Amino acid sequence: MLADIANLFHGFAVVLQPYNILLMVIGILLGVIVGVLPGLGGANGIAILLPLTFSMSPTGAIIMLSCIYWGALFGGAITSVLFNIPGEPWSVATTFDGYPMAQQGRAGEALTAAFTSSFVGALFAVIVITLVAPLVADFALEFGPAEKFAVYFLAFCSFIGMGKEPPFKTVAAMMMGFVLAAVGLDSVTGQLRLTFGFTELLNGFDFLIAVIGLFGIGEILLTMEEGLAFKGKAAGINPKVVWQTWKELPRYWMVSLRSCLIGCWMGISPAGATPASFMSYGIAQRISKRGHNFGNGEIEGVVAPETAAHAAGTSALLPMLALGVPGSPTAAVLLGGLLIWGLQPGPLLFVEQPDFVWGLIASMYLGNLVGLILVLTCVPLFAAILRIPFSIIAPIILVICAIGAYTVNNSSFDVILMAVFGVVGYAMKKTGYPLAPLVLAIVLGDQAEEAFRQSLLSSGGNLGVFFSNGLVSTIMVLALVALFWGAISEGIAKLRSQPKTA
Amino acid sequence: MSTSSPSGTETGPAHRSVEAGVAVACIIFGIITVLGSLQVGIGWGPSGPLSGFFPFYLGIIIVLASLVNLKAALSLDRSKLFASWDQLGQVLAVIVPTTIYTIVLPYTGIYIASIVLIAGFMMWLGKYAWYKAILLGIAVPVAFYIAFEKWFLVPLPKGPIEYWLGL
Repeated sequence: MLADIANLFHGFAVVLQPYNILLMVIGILLGVIVGVLPGLGGANGIAILLPLTFSMSPTGAIIMLSCIYWGALFGGAITSVLFNIPGEPWSVATTFDGYPMAQQGRAGEALTAAFTSSFVGALFAVIVITLVAPLVADFALEFGPAEKFAVYFLAFCSFIGMGKEPPFKTVAAMMMGFVLAAVGLDSVTGQLRLTFGFTELLNGFDFLIAVIGLFGIGEILLTMEEGLAFKGKAAGINPKVVWQTWKELPRYWMVSLRSCLIGCWMGISPAGATPASFMSYGIAQRISKRGHNFGNGEIEGVVAPETAAHAAGTSALLPMLALGVPGSPTAAVLLGGLLIWGLQPGPLLFVEQPDFVWGLIASMYLGNLVGLILVLTCVPLFAAILRIPFSIIAPIILVICAIGAYTVNNSSFDVILMAVFGVVGYAMKKTGYPLAPLVLAIVLGDQAEEAFRQSLLSSGGNLGVFFSNGLVSTIMVLALVALFWGAISEGIAKLRSQPKTA
Repeated sequence: MSTSSPSGTETGPAHRSVEAGVAVACIIFGIITVLGSLQVGIGWGPSGPLSGFFPFYLGIIIVLASLVNLKAALSLDRSKLFASWDQLGQVLAVIVPTTIYTIVLPYTGIYIASIVLIAGFMMWLGKYAWYKAILLGIAVPVAFYIAFEKWFLVPLPKGPIEYWLGL
């Protein structure tokens, strides 16, 4: 424990170098822009910029990339409050009360509340990461292939059972991700598979290309279809409004705390920031004395979803760091980045690369603080970006996506592939297939398969290996509970309602 | 473009057909996976499960899950629209130029293609004056050129015109 704190302070020393602070500010600014613009989001923005960081030191790179993530989380709130357009899915719930507040001329108050709550949520989650991640990592050091596969299995089962999309659509999307990951050279036997003679497919599908296409191009197509015209409210934040809102906010400490807990829980189990924000909003509405007024510009209705979304977004990095299983698509892209820099995420990272891990954790503390200050001071600037007409922004984003896709492997074929993924992403989004499990499966596919095959190899093909000891059985049972969570919770609800009717 | 038609009478493909189409596409994807896995072997080899072992079962699951999705899709309301033809036209207005852009990119280089894409988009969809469109269309790729080739030292694809300019 004490050693961890010493490590953390060492991490702060690393992050506080001027060069790293500069990277942090650049990252946050890029992140907010990415979060504000349609068609660019946290996952996609990081995917596009990842190749540019190959030449940087891993610590500097992860600081910049994770700050893009914080920036994107902050940026989503700006568009929700001022334009009633959620820049990111997790800020949909923020529009419910944020936009009415802006209509009443209380935009400054709503934005201050949103940013501050985001900061509080993130801070809570980072503290959780600081305290819990090393313990989880310690524990996970004992994991063999069977346990590893069980953890992956748990992550994917939670997606199926707890997501709001139809479970069979989630299954189909996820399995397609695994198949795409399997294409190309098989790392275990060294054999080519599923390439059907196309030499372009030798190296398989790169998840970065998939992310840029699915999230970037797909999002632009959706925006085009909806024909959005950005007509926003004026953004005015001055120190007086900020101060007054800050004085008012401590009154909502209960909402904040509850939202932090919901957010952390949903972020660590890979449900993600979007359901966390909705759930937090829903619960706040039910419990609050002013719940009937939610939707008409209630400040609590901004605090609850923003706190939860940011807490979830941040805590999604916990399983990624400690177990190598990302809790969100953006965390998955960051994990992919770690692999490219030659760092194997998971428990060993804490032992082998303490500088890197604690530098990252320290940058989470500072990054969110820097982010809060930056967004509070620069809101009008970011709002101005949103006022650029879509017919100018769209082709520029397309060009950025193309450059991002090309630079991953310096391959023009990847750019075409990106366009294909874009159309697929549009169709999937429109028909309710979730994209997050697909991306996660592409990132984790090879490792999950390797763990699966190694486990089977050691047991001689007996599936009983996944229930061979207490630890692995517990994880597998948890996974099965998560998988059938929909059915189980329905059953409980029925049992509860029966005594009343009887 | 006739965007004046009232929203009630808009026509377009039914949501049901598109949903069913996606499910069928998934089934085909699953079958291709199964066939590909069979080619490399799905059994047990000297180093454990063969290469096709894992994807084979993935393919089976995709087919089964998609059959359920197909059944769900077919029971959907027939009258609900996926999107109106107008909206799909807007989507195609992005897909078609993007497709051409990605295909010609290796031959013309990314800079020339980007200038045409941005300027074309602004003139065609944004109805901007040609000089504004061309000005911005050139400014953005120039900025990218400076950022990527000079600052990050990342080479982007170039074609004959870029080489002729000595970039």
